[in-house]
Amino acid sequence: MDIAAIPSIPPETFASHVVAGRGRGGRLAHLFGRRVSVDTVRLYALLACDSASRFEVCSSDVQRTASGGTSGPAYPSMTPHWPAAQALEREIAEQFGVHPLGHPWLKPLRYHASDDGTPAPWGPFDPARAIPGNCEFYRVEGEEVHEVAVGPVHAGVIEPGHFRFQCHGEEVLHLEIMLGYQHRGAERLLLHPNAARSAIVAETIAGDASIGHATAYCAALEALAGAKVSLRSAAIRGIALELERLANHVGDLGALCTDVAFLPCSAYLGRLRGEYLNLTLEICGNRFGRNLLRPGGVRFDIPAASAERLRKRLEALQRETLEVLDLMFSQSSVLARFEGVGVLTEEQADEIGMVGPAARACGCRRDVRCDHPHGIFQFSHIPIAVETTGDVYARAVVRRLEVQRSLEFLLEWLGNIPSGNTFSRPGAMKPSAMAFGVSETWRGEAMYVAFSDEAGRLAFVKAKDPSIHNWFGLALALRGMAISDFPVCNKSFNLSYAGHDL
Amino acid sequence: MTVFRALAAVPEAALVLALPPLLLGIIVKTKAWFAGRVGPPWLQPYYDLRKLLRKGAVYSRTTTWVFRAGPVVNLAALLTAATLTPIVSSSSLVGFAGDVILVAYLLALGRMFTVLSAMDTGSSFEGMGASREVTFGTMSEPALFLSLIVLAIATKSLQLSEMVGPQLYGAWHAAGPAILLVVGALLIVLLTETCRVPVDDPATHLELTMIHEVMVLDHSGPDFAFITYGAALKFLLLGSILLHVALPHPGWPLWVDAPLRLVELAVLAAVVGVIESSMARLRLNRVPLLLAGATVLAALAAVLILTGSTS
Repeated sequence: MDIAAIPSIPPETFASHVVAGRGRGGRLAHLFGRRVSVDTVRLYALLACDSASRFEVCSSDVQRTASGGTSGPAYPSMTPHWPAAQALEREIAEQFGVHPLGHPWLKPLRYHASDDGTPAPWGPFDPARAIPGNCEFYRVEGEEVHEVAVGPVHAGVIEPGHFRFQCHGEEVLHLEIMLGYQHRGAERLLLHPNAARSAIVAETIAGDASIGHATAYCAALEALAGAKVSLRSAAIRGIALELERLANHVGDLGALCTDVAFLPCSAYLGRLRGEYLNLTLEICGNRFGRNLLRPGGVRFDIPAASAERLRKRLEALQRETLEVLDLMFSQSSVLARFEGVGVLTEEQADEIGMVGPAARACGCRRDVRCDHPHGIFQFSHIPIAVETTGDVYARAVVRRLEVQRSLEFLLEWLGNIPSGNTFSRPGAMKPSAMAFGVSETWRGEAMYVAFSDEAGRLAFVKAKDPSIHNWFGLALALRGMAISDFPVCNKSFNLSYAGHDL
Repeated sequence: MTVFRALAAVPEAALVLALPPLLLGIIVKTKAWFAGRVGPPWLQPYYDLRKLLRKGAVYSRTTTWVFRAGPVVNLAALLTAATLTPIVSSSSLVGFAGDVILVAYLLALGRMFTVLSAMDTGSSFEGMGASREVTFGTMSEPALFLSLIVLAIATKSLQLSEMVGPQLYGAWHAAGPAILLVVGALLIVLLTETCRVPVDDPATHLELTMIHEVMVLDHSGPDFAFITYGAALKFLLLGSILLHVALPHPGWPLWVDAPLRLVELAVLAAVVGVIESSMARLRLNRVPLLLAGATVLAALAAVLILTGSTS
């Protein structure tokens, strides 16, 4: 899309314009800023109209006021009307020092310095206290109310994040999640002049969703160049994406069993996750699918003999997996731990803009593979797995359904990979254009927005991991729950820390 | 006979001291078998203890002598209770009328000091664990005491070694249903007090869900060795009481009695391993229901035996 064709809205009415899009069935897919000149930050909002398979985009230039002063650039915040924007507006404030006026809980998202040293609304960056958790937290006061701080160093081998619980006895009144410990400046690294290096960065934004991120990244860059990939490489991308989904869903269901101390399924599903990872290994030599996708196609073909071998192994794995999942979902002691824990309503999920299996478990019918079909999913529709109760059980059931459907998809396509070449180098990029790519990673919608400059070079890439939408959902789900149920609730979401921190 | 008994007491005491970690090893091995793994060696708990004993301990500046006293007092209380409890033979090393009350309170003393040393750290985790431990402790105590009352009535004795001794063999014929209920109650008490699934999960790494393990997070080195060994000893103590009640031996000679008990203890550990492998842990707020169930079982047993003795 030509940058000049993006409608520009004055900053005063930007928020109300975007919020009005919600009334037309829009979902806030992304909201980000880009510095276009010394004084100007351009905000972009991308609305996804899922039922119409359409995206809307608009922008607004926020300028440093001529009068200057201490206030800095500002615009009315949209969070009070649409909480889905809360983390994204904090990100803009942190990166560019742009103040969203009226944001109800304006504090650092990752705690790092802004791009040109403009002070953030909460004050300039202070390297002396540059630890993300070192700030004020929401507090509940009162006798018998106590505070529990968990992390950033955890007991398990997991990523760092700080969780602050306000508890009354065993009951959690409020949970605040502070991330940012893994901020690596990934968006700057994505601008590496060598596109191959840039793709490696995209794959590592959330390591367990390498294929999902690479799919969205490649789609954005190919769109910018106006290139189309062959059907064969689209099919291989789809196969890799579903294998990744299988490995993660199976692994997480096993981890849920570990958390409730149900040993047989925990051990068995853990082993099966390894088997699925090994299938990806067979395709491209890496268990997480690194270096498989590049703009223009895929770097590894699946020859017919190999596809047949994969299909045979998948058939055996399908039997085993479904059997173990049947055992897991027939154990009353396991179900008793899942049901009614960490409940989110459909309204809440919609309000905060959740995506992926966590949103589908609340009854929101959204799945990029169906709503905005791309690649191989234009030819093969995977039904959306939806549950309505919004608890840990619903999230587990959605994942189980997706496991079944991904297996069916894989068995169908592995026996029938379309012919064609696997890689054709994309041509030159269109000058002054914007393009984006989305994909349904196993956590939900990943999105890459790419801009080219007048000379047709890559000028700016904005990455989004679905976790940034869903972390707030985890905090909400814990309200009124027992603190001892936090681990199983957390595992049912299993969000990415690195993907959030970029 | 008494000379032989006195001579046998020395190896018996040594056996009792050496046995507890092996039981933990059996549980872990059973669970590993269910999970399709090889599991750690049978003697791994001994290696762990040796490793911990050779390490130094780290003490936080906020802690006082209470923190250091916790593991020592707990272990001392459990060792004292072990002398009063019949474990591999049908008699205890020491015994006197009314010692059953001492045993119950020694267990409570150990718990109190573990809880106090947890609170001494001032950590919110350990406070949470202490609160859970005390809550569930107070709920399992009625079941334990009611069970002991039933046994006291059935054997007309207040000395633990007699209450669970050969006299019980006859009492099974007279008051079988009541004692069967007591066995059920004692099994739940055993799982609760020794922090096994479905009440607690000794294998978890999730602090927020732990009960016992979270209380001892700050202990290290020899202190932690004492705690680990104490937990295993507690399992041996309560497990022995359960076995003596469930399967009383009618005064067999020691060379039959003791080896049989050892086999039974190993089977009990394996059974606990099977329970841990075949069900998920209860939600924390459901645990009181389980303990109330144990208390009801024991109360029912008391009603049965009281009405039985009057008629």
